[in-house]
Amino acid sequence: MSRARADEEEYWHSSKFRAFTFDDEDDELSQLKESKRAVNSLRDIVDDDDDDDLERVSWSGEPVGSISWSIKETASSSTSSLEGRDSSLQKGSSSYAAFPKQVSSYSLSSLFKGEVPHIQYGQMALSDTGVKNYAPELRRPKAEYKDYSSDWSPKDTVRRMQRGKVCSLERFRSLQDKLVLLDEAVAGHDGNVITAVLIFLKRTLRREILFRELEVRQVALCHLIHFLKETGEQKFLLDLLRLCFFSLSLQLSQYREHLNIQDVEKRREFLKGCIGLPFSAEDTSHIQDHYTLLERQIIIEANDRHLETAGQSEIFRKYPRKASILNMPLVTTLFYSCFYHYTEAEGTFSSPTNLKKTFKIPDKQYVLTALAARAKLRAWDDVDALFTTKNWLGYTKKKAPIGFHRVVEILQRNNAPVQVLQEYVRLVEDVETRLNLATKYKCHDVAIETYRDLKDRIQLTAYKCKVERGSADEEKINSILNNLVRN
Amino acid sequence: MAAHLSSGRVNLTALREAGRRELREFLDKCAGSKAIVWDEYLTGPFGLIAQYSLLKEHEVEKMFTLKPGRLPQADVKNIIFFVRPRLELMDIITDNVLREDRGRSPQRDFHILFVPRRSLLCEQWLKEQGVLGSFIHREQYSLDLIPFDGDLLSMESESAFKECYLESDQTSLYHAAKGLMTLQALYGTIPQIFGKGDCARHVANMMIRMKREFPGSQNSIFPVFDTLLLLDRNVDLLTPLATQLTYEGLIDEIYGIQNTYVKLPPEKFALKKQGEGGKDLPTEPKKLQLNSAEELYAEIRDKNFNAVGSVLSKKAKIISAAFEERHHAKTVGEIKQFVSQLPHMQAARSSLANHTSIAELIKDITTSEDFFDNLTVEQEFMSGIDTDKVNNYIEDCIAQKHPLIKILRLVCLQSVCNSGLKQKVLDHYKREILQTYGYEHILTLNNLEKAGLLKPQTSGRNNYPTIRKTLRLWMDDVNEQNPNDISYVYSGYAPLSVRLAQLLARPGWRSIEEVLKMLPGPHFEERQQLPTGLQKKRQHGENRVTLVFFLGGVTYAEIAALRFLSQMEDGGTEYVIATTKLINGTSWIKSLMDKLEPAPF
Repeated sequence: MSRARADEEEYWHSSKFRAFTFDDEDDELSQLKESKRAVNSLRDIVDDDDDDDLERVSWSGEPVGSISWSIKETASSSTSSLEGRDSSLQKGSSSYAAFPKQVSSYSLSSLFKGEVPHIQYGQMALSDTGVKNYAPELRRPKAEYKDYSSDWSPKDTVRRMQRGKVCSLERFRSLQDKLVLLDEAVAGHDGNVITAVLIFLKRTLRREILFRELEVRQVALCHLIHFLKETGEQKFLLDLLRLCFFSLSLQLSQYREHLNIQDVEKRREFLKGCIGLPFSAEDTSHIQDHYTLLERQIIIEANDRHLETAGQSEIFRKYPRKASILNMPLVTTLFYSCFYHYTEAEGTFSSPTNLKKTFKIPDKQYVLTALAARAKLRAWDDVDALFTTKNWLGYTKKKAPIGFHRVVEILQRNNAPVQVLQEYVRLVEDVETRLNLATKYKCHDVAIETYRDLKDRIQLTAYKCKVERGSADEEKINSILNNLVRN
Repeated sequence: MAAHLSSGRVNLTALREAGRRELREFLDKCAGSKAIVWDEYLTGPFGLIAQYSLLKEHEVEKMFTLKPGRLPQADVKNIIFFVRPRLELMDIITDNVLREDRGRSPQRDFHILFVPRRSLLCEQWLKEQGVLGSFIHREQYSLDLIPFDGDLLSMESESAFKECYLESDQTSLYHAAKGLMTLQALYGTIPQIFGKGDCARHVANMMIRMKREFPGSQNSIFPVFDTLLLLDRNVDLLTPLATQLTYEGLIDEIYGIQNTYVKLPPEKFALKKQGEGGKDLPTEPKKLQLNSAEELYAEIRDKNFNAVGSVLSKKAKIISAAFEERHHAKTVGEIKQFVSQLPHMQAARSSLANHTSIAELIKDITTSEDFFDNLTVEQEFMSGIDTDKVNNYIEDCIAQKHPLIKILRLVCLQSVCNSGLKQKVLDHYKREILQTYGYEHILTLNNLEKAGLLKPQTSGRNNYPTIRKTLRLWMDDVNEQNPNDISYVYSGYAPLSVRLAQLLARPGWRSIEEVLKMLPGPHFEERQQLPTGLQKKRQHGENRVTLVFFLGGVTYAEIAALRFLSQMEDGGTEYVIATTKLINGTSWIKSLMDKLEPAPF
């Protein structure tokens, strides 16, 4: 029974008392642990060198000759399992790591190197390995001497890593082993381990191979993308995104990049590049709009900044701009252009009508925005014009696509005088809403007339207390009341 | 300090104790005086495990928040970083360590405690920056399930839902499974596991696997929980989107409760300060802890807000009457008795004052026109009215540039209540949102689509009415004062998730097979064998205990509904609630939004 195993069991037995402890090295001196860790990391470096060596001796890229494969093969034959046991004994001492090469797979693999017949068997054994990896029960007996550190299966390795133990991944050398390791990690759902394995793969696999394998492993792919985003490896990320352009979300994450570009010109260029990406038809049109909008904003901004500094335009002198229009939403841009460029001809980029046409802004949205902008400037004539339509006989008529109660609210928020306000309150169709608004905003005329039309004596009398004593309004109420009596 | 944890059916103090013990053990490893440098996010959850006094007993003399630059002067032997395993935090730590004056003597030792666990990635990162060797102890503190109240556990893992559904990262599920293993180690193996949804399936699988891999986990503790119900948030996307109408739910909706604490605008609490003489009006927000340790709060928190006022006024009368007693106290004995009750009465009075103030604050909002309009639209959607066309109120809100999250909550609610929106309606909303709030929000809209909250109706069939009717999700005759059904928590809408729990207990899920199939993900049942000696022989009339684990978050209203079921006289089941995170619609949508600004670090 190995130490690790004993510890796991000990953990669960004792977990009543120490429920959160997952470290098996509690009892050791911290210094020892530290030195062990240092040595372990040293081994990583040594192993790295091995890797290079072995790249050269492997058989035409086939995983047959891989170290892990050969170790598994040896371990299942009785002689070498004895060897394994011996070495595990050696390894039992804490200094084992100081002799990394002594029992390393390196020597075992070179053992095979010279023996030709093994290559043929090796081909068969390959599929065998696969089975064993996917059905680990078959390898149960081996679990007996787990201490032999290079002997952990991908599954065991993942388990150990999940428990936060230091594991060298370098012994997974063949592509297949690496992929099994990755799949095991993904099956364990532990992002920490998945990322660790991915870093290892990223370091040891050629990009094309890594990308190709990730294409069919979406979960792992997401983890890698997330990792690259976090570590800011932009170039690698973009390469990855370019190669895996099959998924919509990935194109969006490329589009997302524009947010990190501060320079507007560069940002515009970048957005232009995004238009070509295979988005859904609808997203493409939004991104096209985004690009067009920024392009517009750059032109407007340059122009207006010039106008403002020149100091010749009255509107800019009177209402200096609070912020630049760059990167603002479309509706904000429309408000801006209704505010500063309302009267411009449709041909100019900054005119509201041009914006409306280019971006197919719905009437409702346009009227709301224009109304808010003109009301803010207290340009009541413009407000009036917004709602005036002429029919073919030349009669004018008031019409609003948003309902006049909304118009009233917006005007009121912009402190419109009662005279202006009541004109629109009067246009509210629903009688109850009209009365409410009239009362709320003190448009006495409208309220009084409405009650008169309703012939509602009681309400009208009650309304008297809302108007000033001795005012024209009070007189008006009195005269109506008298009239009503006479009728 | 933690009496409220033992008040429930399951004594959660044991879990807290286990957490404290581990913390003490770690602190004692770093011998000598210490300073802790905190990842600010962790201070809240840690506060639920231990107070400063515990740390002080173990020679923690100073505490700082983690920020870049030189570490503050502190004459201590050890500097310990308590951090989440995040790369941006590692950068700050690196900066701290590199700026440490190497010439100073005595030198300070560095340690790092990862919460909830060590990350190979972070250690690799530190190694690359060349500072990994500076840390003597690098350990992990598995703060998986934190006891919040006598019947409530949370992992406080903010982004669990996002990670599972947007990033295909199921690490939080792994932690959930681990938390459940810890819980079983303390409270016995849970014999029955039910679940609904993909994430639920994953967690159950992991638990079973973990159990198999550690044969030693067969413990000999008599099981406290009879049943575990794993519910994937994905199964019920509707509930968090609706505005919660319980007292606690509204506090959370309006002010946000963080780790049982809420920060409130100080104006309403200013009066009491007068006694302190000449102090200015407080400008700092008033911070209050909210849990069942406060008697009054325990009584009112799960009530519909409309029923809170009457309780408060009744309490006020009782307390004034109690204070009046002093006039009747004649004998020394009577006076003595009165005085002995005084502290309790004063506590009750200040508690009453606080909650009256909070209720006033909330009432200001719930009586506003906009709150009413918003609620009306929500209730129309949930009862199935006009879910298939563009809603005027939503359009108006967009035109007036109401907060984007509010808009998204409503649009998503409409989408969920219609099994997806008609393409034309969806396109219209999207266009309006992008034009008004900025095109970059296409990223957020895409996230919501990916999470299933906002989607086109693909099947051409709206399943929601069937689900609503079968599960009785909409109740017209709701009684807010004396509820007889869980639907009181949303004044009409019965949370789907809790209905599933209710129907599981009685008459069982077999009765709703058809509807279960309409909801996403598999539903399943697993049994964990118990040794014969540990099998429960139920006393007659003894309630079963069910642990309901919400994977992806739970709202206070859902918790209230489950507490209501626990208290039902003939209910037969008591519930303990666990979750990855306590959420409300706003915090949930926020977690799904694309972060448009860079992180503050």
